[in-house]
Order: sequence, then structure tokens, then C-alpha cells
Amino acid sequence: MLSYAILIACALICCALALNAWRLIIGPTTPDRIIAVDTMYINSIAMIILLGLYQGSAIYYEGALLIALLGFVSTSAFCKYLLRGDIIE
Amino acid sequence: MDKVRNFSWFPMPYHSILLWLVWQILHDFSNGHMVLGAVFAIVIPWIVAPLSEKRLVAKSHIKVLMYTFRLLVDIVVSNYDVAKRVLQSNRSLKPAFIAVPLDINAPVPLTIFASSVSLTPGTVSVELSDDKKWLYVHVLHLEDEQELINLIKHRYEAPLKEIFGC
Amino acid sequence: MTVLIEVVVSVLLVFGSVVMLIGSIGLAKFPDYFTRLHAPTKASTLGVACILTASMIFFSIELGHLNLKETLISMFLLITAPVAAHMLAKAGLHYKVKMTDSTENQHLAKKAYLHKNPDDA
Repeated sequence: MLSYAILIACALICCALALNAWRLIIGPTTPDRIIAVDTMYINSIAMIILLGLYQGSAIYYEGALLIALLGFVSTSAFCKYLLRGDIIE
Repeated sequence: MDKVRNFSWFPMPYHSILLWLVWQILHDFSNGHMVLGAVFAIVIPWIVAPLSEKRLVAKSHIKVLMYTFRLLVDIVVSNYDVAKRVLQSNRSLKPAFIAVPLDINAPVPLTIFASSVSLTPGTVSVELSDDKKWLYVHVLHLEDEQELINLIKHRYEAPLKEIFGC
Repeated sequence: MTVLIEVVVSVLLVFGSVVMLIGSIGLAKFPDYFTRLHAPTKASTLGVACILTASMIFFSIELGHLNLKETLISMFLLITAPVAAHMLAKAGLHYKVKMTDSTENQHLAKKAYLHKNPDDA
């Protein structure tokens, strides 16, 4: 049962990632694209956790944590760039 | 900041406990890391405490827990709300900007308040006015402006005001 | 692994991924920038928290000892999601993104952009 649940969850998150990619491509403005990338980060955390569950190994957790950290930092950097036109003033 | 501060062994007790706990979670509660985490939890606040300005301390722990619990419940409820709006047609949507008058103005409660507003009832905090008296909020679906402002003020601002006493 | 744990983990996984999918649908279908901001910030946080909880339960049973590492990611996302949403909203305001015509109180957006009180002229 668990393996089916993992496969279903994987399929759903793949759809979510495809929708995010679609928004990333068509997104009329730059801020829209930043939201799409931010959501993609969070979805990929879920994807990595699911891979860890599928293979039954707990080490993928570290990758998920790193993506969570980098996702937030990069989103703030993008926003800072849009707000100021520069990242480091 | 001219005077040398009195030295204390635990300048930031809650931060120390949190640091130790996070270290244990990262290293699966092994014996060696319990000692190492304790050393870090004691030494790092010595270095960091003089850097930070005066900290606000919560008046009541029970109220902090209650506020956290209420926030978690509200996150689930507001998720359900937003999910409903997502699955409905775009035409039934009534987005709006509102301005919420603020009674709190210390930075920490204000940050917690703005974050709570962002996480909960279909609202995202957008901007703060320069004099810190108004918080601009974007609402996904606005039914009644005054009612929503009252809800936000009663549900999130009043408890924070009680907790931090400002 | 008992059947009960397996059922709980499976339900959490499927529920979390459905919530995340709804967030992404919202991102794809809402009409303007500010409404698009709502769906992912709320739905993704809850969805990923559910999946992380499922993983936490699974590995706690599988490895035979308490495994709370995933809570750290959940906590981190719970703290950073509103901050990121706030920064994104500010960036959108600064960028002067177009709002749908049905948005009420559009004059407040201009006031917010200038950091003014709503009463000021």
C-alpha cells in the first residue's frame, strides 16, 4: 500500500512541478517567475523526501534541508534585486 | 552600550535550550553530541548576547503556547479556505487591498503579527507605513472589510499585545 | 511495520501532495500577481509539512529510534514562508504589476508603495 501511495504522491507532485514550470515560462512579469521558482523549490523538497521514502534511506534528508535553506536565500536575493536593482549595495 | 555588561552564565536561556535541542535533533541524541551541544549552547550565547539589542521577553508561557496552537489550527483552516477558492471559478473572486491600523509597534511583535497575517486567513501582508501605524494587507477574497479588520485585530494582535505587554 | 502506521503514512503522503498540487493549480490559474501569491505560500507549507511528517513517522519506525530531523525543515519552512511572501509582495508592489480590475481599494496599493498613511493625501 505504501509503495502505491508513494507513486501517487510522486505523480501529483510531478503535475504540480509541470504547472510551476508552465508559470515560469509564460509568467507575464519577473515577480511571477520568482514565485514559480519559489514554489518549485518547495515542491522539489517534497520530491526528494519521496525519493528517500521510496528507496528507504534517510540520507536524502540532508539534501532537502539544503534546498530549503538555499530556496529561501535565493528568493530573498531575487526580491532584493527587484526592489533595489542590486543585491549587494 | 557604553557600560560593560554584567557577565552572566546564561545570557539567553531560551536560545540555549533551542540550540541544544536542534543540535540533538540533527545528531539523533547520541551521548557525545549531547555534551558537545551543551558546550555550544553555553558558549555561543556568551559571544552573541552583547551583539543584540534589548530583547522583549514574553510575559506568559501559556499564552505563547496557546497562540502557537491557534496559529497552527488557523493555518489548516485557511488552507482549506484557499483550496476552495482555487477550485472555484476566477470570476467569483473579489481580491482587495485593506489597511489595518496597528496598536503594537515594537519590531518583534510586529514581525510575528505580519507573519501570522501572511500565513492565515487568505491574506498576505504587503507593506508597512513609515510611521508603523498601518499594515497594508492583500486579501484573496473580501466579503466585509470592517469585519476582517476586526477579526485580524482580535485574533492575532490582541493576544500578541498581551504576550509582550506593549 | 504495522498496518496502522502504513495507512497513516500513506494518507499523509497523498493528502500532502494533493494540497501541494492545489497550490500549484492556484499559481497557474489565478488572474493576477497578488492573488497568485496566496496559493503557493499557504498550500505549499501545509503540503510539505504533511509529507515531512509522513517521512518522519516512517523512518522513526524503520530505523527503530526517534527521528525528528524532518521537523527542522517543517519549522524552517513555516518561519520563512511568510517572510518570503512578504518580500515577494513588496517586490510586486515596487515593480507595479498589473492588478485585475475587480480588485477593490486599488488606491491603497499606491499609498503602500509610497509607505504613507491611508489618510494622507
